Amino acid sequence: MACTRITPRMSALRTAGAPTLLVARRGFATSRVDLANTLVFLEHKKGTFNPAALSALTAAQKLGGDVDALVVGSESEASEVADKAAKLPGLKKVLFSKHADFANNLSEPLAPLIKKIVESNSYSHVCTGHTAVGRDIFPRAAALLDTSQVSDIIDLEGEDTFVRPIYAGNAIATIKATDKIKVFTVRGTAFDAAAQEGGSATTEEVSPDSVESLTTFVEEKVSESSRPDLATAPRVVSGGRALKSADNFVKYIEPLADSLNAAIGASRAAVDAGYADNALQVGQTGKIVAPELYMAIGISGAIQHLAGMKDSKTIVAINKDADAPIFQVADLGLVADLYEAVPEMLEKIKK
Amino acid sequence: MRATLVNQLRVLVPVKRTIDYAVKIRVASDGKGVDQNVKFSMNPFDEIAVEEAVRLREKYKDDITKITVVSAGPAKTADVLRTALAMGADDAIHVEIPDKALAGPLEPLGVSKILKEVITKAGEEEEVGLVILGKQAIDDDASQTGQMLAGLLNWPQATYASKLEFPGGKVEKGAEAQVTREIDGGLGIVKTKLPFVMTTDLRLNEPRYASLPNIMKAKKKPFKKYTLKDLGLEDAVKPRHETIKVAEPPKREGGAKVESVDELISKLKEAGRI
Repeated sequence: MACTRITPRMSALRTAGAPTLLVARRGFATSRVDLANTLVFLEHKKGTFNPAALSALTAAQKLGGDVDALVVGSESEASEVADKAAKLPGLKKVLFSKHADFANNLSEPLAPLIKKIVESNSYSHVCTGHTAVGRDIFPRAAALLDTSQVSDIIDLEGEDTFVRPIYAGNAIATIKATDKIKVFTVRGTAFDAAAQEGGSATTEEVSPDSVESLTTFVEEKVSESSRPDLATAPRVVSGGRALKSADNFVKYIEPLADSLNAAIGASRAAVDAGYADNALQVGQTGKIVAPELYMAIGISGAIQHLAGMKDSKTIVAINKDADAPIFQVADLGLVADLYEAVPEMLEKIKK
Repeated sequence: MRATLVNQLRVLVPVKRTIDYAVKIRVASDGKGVDQNVKFSMNPFDEIAVEEAVRLREKYKDDITKITVVSAGPAKTADVLRTALAMGADDAIHVEIPDKALAGPLEPLGVSKILKEVITKAGEEEEVGLVILGKQAIDDDASQTGQMLAGLLNWPQATYASKLEFPGGKVEKGAEAQVTREIDGGLGIVKTKLPFVMTTDLRLNEPRYASLPNIMKAKKKPFKKYTLKDLGLEDAVKPRHETIKVAEPPKREGGAKVESVDELISKLKEAGRI
């Protein structure tokens, strides 16, 4: 069988000691001799890797074969971030590229860079997190590579077979990608984030061909918060339309979240009504979260909202309406007026 | 009749016919897709795209000559084009692809190739200088088409837009646009120049309803049909993905209700969640 053949790459890895990689590879290599050769685009912000990018790295390692990473940044930061990436376990090589226009992840210069790197290194797979940045850059790169991208995968069943949610997560599709190069984005909550220590990859600079500044970055308005990040927090407290005002959102949702050291989320209705910031929206078109504990307060549970949170480990719903659809997915439901139940809960948690 | 000047702009708005967002979908019995015998409507993000184009023209009457809506798909796709015309678009292009003409659903890569050809063809009458698409379709949830099209055209892209402004007060070729984008954690502002491709986020605007008189008027607006053969794309849009299976997501157990806050807290403590 082809799968038992030891390629030079495999033996190199074996001596480098990567037992988990080998196990994963045996699982997938039964029908093909050539192994995945994967590039992971590691999105970072000022040197901090995006958790979804680290989940993409875990997914890439599940493919077996070599995994390299690409980091980009401004002239001053790129090589430093590459050194940091070299410590991520399981990476063979970290490619880095620097340019003033790379700091803000603009897709116009980055998509051709990805195309160039993928083609010149013959990568069979290229992936990143399904984040705002990954969603922006990757389809453009895929089109340049004439490849049909696979978005937001939640599992992989082989080198070419991916599992992804469709229709707001109401159906799960398993698809086989027939393109030579597989371009995919990875749902952060579906794979554990890779560890950040233990590796010792080499680093190598790649200079971009020519950077086309079709778009210029002006500024970013990111809401600073001392609370945990919504996408990765172990606990999330979310408020819906029933909060009735932005003041009530602050008065009822924030203290409860703080007492649980939880991130704050909101339904689309609450965001549209102006009770909460856009960046807090959980759902099909907002953030997808899968925390240990998700508390839905005054949220009815429309399918678009459920799409963003139904993979949470424990879902708690507090709603006045006993027939609200949220109770169909909640592990623990309390039919009660939130204006009474939330303060009571806050008081009793403090005890 | 509006005068046609070289600098004036034609806006293209691609729209998709999808299962209505309020329908609770069911996996088809063959396990290869979902039940299609349900209500379809225009993809909600595409309604926002049409609305933005119409508002842009209301604001820059002299600069924008025409809003053209385009869609690819089976005969029934014409319905969503009519809706877009009733919302204020001027003419429609339907790239008709009969059911089962392809070995699977049309993928974003195929759509972006179709759009590129449509832009070329439309440009023979009037050059297209702005394309506004929805940020994603609520059926495949791919969020790729706008970016792919921008890549194929080598135009700038402004994705997930929640605000579009033209600081120079003119909408013409080469004019500078400022776009506010929804990004993780907040907003990002970018500047770019026409022509470019923009994709709409939920908060860009509130789409209008088509009034009955406008629905009647829409029936008389120009409506063009192309086939894949007309565009020379019979092979280029073949699906690259093969659907192995479509399954129901794992069902959550749940539904257990508690009687009081005390019971809720003690159950959460038992489960180690708080």
